[in-house]
Amino acid sequence: MWAFSSPMISYGDNALEYILQIRGNKAFVVADKNIVKLGLLKLVTDQLDAAGKKWEVFDEVEPEPSLITIKKGGAAVAKFQPDWVIGVGGGSVMDAAKAIILLLARPDLEPDALSPAETFNFRDKARLMAIPTTSGTGSEATWAIVLTDTVLGRKLGLGTPESMPDVAILDPVMVMGMPPLITADTGMDVLCHAIEGYTSLWGSTITDGPGLIATRRVFQYLVRAYKDGSDLEARKEMMYAATLGGMSFGNSMAGLGHSLGHALGALFHIPHGRAVGLFLPYTMEYLMNGSEETTVKYAEMARFCLGASGDDKACAKALIAAIRKLAKSLAQPLSVKDCGIDKAKYDKAIPDLVDRALNEVMTISVKRIPESEDLIKMFAYAYQGKPIDF
Amino acid sequence: MAKYATQEWCDLYKEALNKNTAWSEAAKTWEGDFYFIFEVGGPIKEPRYMYIDLWHGNCRACEMVTDTSKYKPEFIISAPYPIWKRICLKQLDSTQAIITKQSKLTGNMAKIMRYTKAANELTNTTQKLPTEWED
Repeated sequence: MWAFSSPMISYGDNALEYILQIRGNKAFVVADKNIVKLGLLKLVTDQLDAAGKKWEVFDEVEPEPSLITIKKGGAAVAKFQPDWVIGVGGGSVMDAAKAIILLLARPDLEPDALSPAETFNFRDKARLMAIPTTSGTGSEATWAIVLTDTVLGRKLGLGTPESMPDVAILDPVMVMGMPPLITADTGMDVLCHAIEGYTSLWGSTITDGPGLIATRRVFQYLVRAYKDGSDLEARKEMMYAATLGGMSFGNSMAGLGHSLGHALGALFHIPHGRAVGLFLPYTMEYLMNGSEETTVKYAEMARFCLGASGDDKACAKALIAAIRKLAKSLAQPLSVKDCGIDKAKYDKAIPDLVDRALNEVMTISVKRIPESEDLIKMFAYAYQGKPIDF
Repeated sequence: MAKYATQEWCDLYKEALNKNTAWSEAAKTWEGDFYFIFEVGGPIKEPRYMYIDLWHGNCRACEMVTDTSKYKPEFIISAPYPIWKRICLKQLDSTQAIITKQSKLTGNMAKIMRYTKAANELTNTTQKLPTEWED
């Protein structure tokens, strides 16, 4: 038994006007200071005003939100008792909104207990809406919540199928101002979600579609959105691809690129999308070298997304080459060395990197599960930019 | 060959776990004990209870108990026998079982998720044990 979950998605020009149709009287809006500063929050609160809703803003979410911030948000939402919790922002904000609405239902819990082991029934109290302002995490279409335990210095993968947003609003006006670097970083995250979701051990025919389409759209539109942020078509398509990417991995599981990328990001503070995108081609080579089934799936993607021809191995290699070419076009690092990380510091951190990667669920939901020895080699190869040959 | 969810099987499992260096390495900082509860279902007409105590890469105890007040473990995982069988045979991932509520976990899931490799080795070990199933 498995399940495919998705929010109701309102998308396209003026999609924010969907807010005029929602029921209830009070909305608790979760955001960060930057969203307020950029004027994006106002676009949402204007709609709430037009709909005659009362609203309150919690704008204290930091990148990679901490358990402490979530607890603070939980206390604020308990006081306000809204009919809606609305996350307006990138993945961090949307994840925070998911955690906060769970605490509205279960104020007895600590934020690190927000897991499938508990029952929340938050919809007895309020509904959850996600409005992304980046095209990357796909958090608007997943139930996953990533929080940071600042005491242990670790990211926590939390959430429950209940924490899937009820509504996601994809209005391109929210992403038109994204700077090129963030467009590139988050775009690589989309690609990683789509490809890893498509090839996950937990994936199936039901989850294949979103991953396949999202991958094709990234190859078609990411460079355009990066080079010309005012390209409305490219912005829209990347926004949709991000949501589809979320539906892909959120209903299956991400993979090794995420495991290694999370580890690197945690220890060397490399932005999430950049880190996972960097490891994607290396981990694909590793999987290709040991999993015929994964190779076949890469080949399917290459034929559909790139028009590749030839046998499965040739097509899979073409897909990996296309990812490296795309990354280069976006001025993304092709190796760990390109990130400016000192080799001695990196080598010293490898045991910790490996330990972190080994203990990610995403490491055991692929069709070739690496042991420590292979991870050590993968981290070493990725530093030098050397393709994986084992 | 031992019948699943019996003391004989527990003895074999404890021995196999303590010989599994991949598990002991991955669990070297783990501290925590469990009740695995086999709920009525399939061939099981009465619930059964297995207590397992894992400490720093060592399985200190694995026993079937009839009186659940004997221990107060940090974690309890319960599922019907057919679900346990699917988990043990790696036909069903233990995390997916919890997500889909096919099994129920009491305790801090975030702590378990920090030891994914060790948890995976627990089921790798069960998969390799010569087990007699009752259905």
